[in-house]
Amino acid sequence: MQDAWLWLILSLDATLRVATPLIFAALAGLFSERSGVVDIGLEGKMLVGAFTAATVAAVSDSVWLGLLMALLASVGFALLHGFACITHRGNQVVSGVAINILASGLTVVLGLAWFHQGGSTPPLTQHQRFTAIDLPFAQQLADVPVLGLFYSELLSGHNILVYLALALVPLSWWLLYRTRFGLRLRAVGENPKAVDTAGISVAGLRYRAVIIAGVLCGFAGAYLSTAQNAQFIRDMTAGQGFMALAALIFAKWRPWPILLACLLFGFLDAVAVRLQGVSLPGIGLVPVQLIEALPYILTVILLAGFIGKANPPKAIGLPYVKDR
Amino acid sequence: MKVAHVNQLLSIVLLPFLNLLTAFIVTTLLFLMVGIDPWEAAKILVKGAFGYEEGIGYTLYYTTNFIFTGLAVAVAFHAGLFNIGGEGQAYIGGLGVGLVALGLGALLPAWLLLPLAMVAAAVFGAAWAAIPAYLQAYRGSHIVITTIMFNFLAASLMVYLLVNVFAEPGQMVPASRAFADSASLWSWQEFMAYWGIEFAASPLNLSIILALICCVMVWLFLWKTRWGYELRTVGANPDAAIYAGINPKRIIMLAMLLSGALAGLVAVNELLGVQHRLLLGFNTGYGFAGIAVALMGRNHPLGVLLAALLFGALYQGGAELAFEIPSVTRDMVVVIQGLIILFSGALEFMYRAPLQRWLLRFAREA
Repeated sequence: MQDAWLWLILSLDATLRVATPLIFAALAGLFSERSGVVDIGLEGKMLVGAFTAATVAAVSDSVWLGLLMALLASVGFALLHGFACITHRGNQVVSGVAINILASGLTVVLGLAWFHQGGSTPPLTQHQRFTAIDLPFAQQLADVPVLGLFYSELLSGHNILVYLALALVPLSWWLLYRTRFGLRLRAVGENPKAVDTAGISVAGLRYRAVIIAGVLCGFAGAYLSTAQNAQFIRDMTAGQGFMALAALIFAKWRPWPILLACLLFGFLDAVAVRLQGVSLPGIGLVPVQLIEALPYILTVILLAGFIGKANPPKAIGLPYVKDR
Repeated sequence: MKVAHVNQLLSIVLLPFLNLLTAFIVTTLLFLMVGIDPWEAAKILVKGAFGYEEGIGYTLYYTTNFIFTGLAVAVAFHAGLFNIGGEGQAYIGGLGVGLVALGLGALLPAWLLLPLAMVAAAVFGAAWAAIPAYLQAYRGSHIVITTIMFNFLAASLMVYLLVNVFAEPGQMVPASRAFADSASLWSWQEFMAYWGIEFAASPLNLSIILALICCVMVWLFLWKTRWGYELRTVGANPDAAIYAGINPKRIIMLAMLLSGALAGLVAVNELLGVQHRLLLGFNTGYGFAGIAVALMGRNHPLGVLLAALLFGALYQGGAELAFEIPSVTRDMVVVIQGLIILFSGALEFMYRAPLQRWLLRFAREA
């Protein structure tokens, strides 16, 4: 029993670590897509953020400056997406693909030119990255049965970005559903014409949404290279941007379900790692690839309308053309 | 010059050229930024791609893959569908080739086995596209998202199969055993030798002829058949298509099956032509590059052919560049690819309005 509890706590602990970048990125997608701009460039923006954070942290010796620059770089790519999709009414999917490919190439080319380490950035020292924060009394309470482990292992001992990601979920909910900005943002994704008729700039709102997405992807990227790991490695996002996109859809474009979807996907990943090569009684060797593929399978089944119906924002993917 | 002429000139000649030019200007700036003489780099690139026989062989070998994936994206585009799943469809096409070549390799002669393996590549690729197509047509799930998901599913499936089913013990990288000799497509060198002409050894093989045939067939299909007409109608205006008695659902299936089949043929070039075994990641990057190729080629088979040649040259020239200048890798080519998708695709219309105004004024004065 004690063992099972420990196993569960450790798995959940790992879950939280894996889910954090997904939460950032999925929330980024939430803002962008609720405003009507498809964002399959989450992956690319995360990668740019990760690269910039690790580069600046290594060079300037400041993890905070690295984070700030990561946000700026990611917002830069987000603005490029906005420039193509909002200003020039380009195809939003094509623009997203371009950003992903560009990011994947550019980070390696620049990394190689600046550091000559096969596209990686120099390893970061402990104070050049975000390290674990112990919540008050974590050590003292560790020995309390059941709950002590829960508090000291699961709740305590994460870096600040993990807590930020968790805090951003209610904040996003509040922003989207309880503020004027949020109402307008959702409206512009459903019926831009009505928003335009009310005298509010469609482009302005969408640009703001895209910039928020850039900021959040910057956090996700910085987390990958300066918190979860201690350097940038080529293509280190490894599909997490798309996983976040799947979580966003699986959550039907709503903040709280996004948290649950990201935790579920994170849990599957944590379990897959733990079950590598483990033979379960009665089942035999678990195909790890199947567990890893589960998020995508679940999302496809959801999209097919077999578990509820995922209704995307009505005006998603459509450039807004003002009538004369 | 009439307005129609101006628009035609714009969209067929001027805009594609300007967009490409912009992409290359940004590339030049990037070269300068990382401290490499762009002129020197361009010379190495062109020489590496076209300067000698082996280089040409490599260029055309890459071109073959890009033709297949470029056509795949283009056919779907004409039906108004964005197939980002070329990557996965090519991968699963490889599964088809692998099953036929490994399973029947010892039993059948080459003249029967090779066509069978090619058909398997197309059928498996099409099958992998069929599920997203069905979900788009009949359940309304968006094809972009489902094809992305299916890329990851294909990758997981192939890793599982290669590691647990096909893998030969004692190998570093999971790969199947080698195909039988009868499952090997003639290399260009062997083909030319048959006619008594010498050609340097390279991965170029007969698949390029298949690719060219596909170009012609796609053109014939899209512009000379009733189905092709219906397909383009659905892409241009789905509502009008319904009034014209066309069933868009069937057209979506048709377009995606064709698209998947074309992407699946990458496996013919890679596995039957070059690798002669099933291995991990033989498809990497070709599916996505196909998007750039189709965008640059304006979704026309001739355009796709030319764009594929450009990308083939970039890939081969890029490899040469990486060899000559140690601080450059093939990733430079990935950047160029991204820039081309950005400027020829997403920012396609950036120059349109100002150019149109300028040209019309010019036309009036003349």
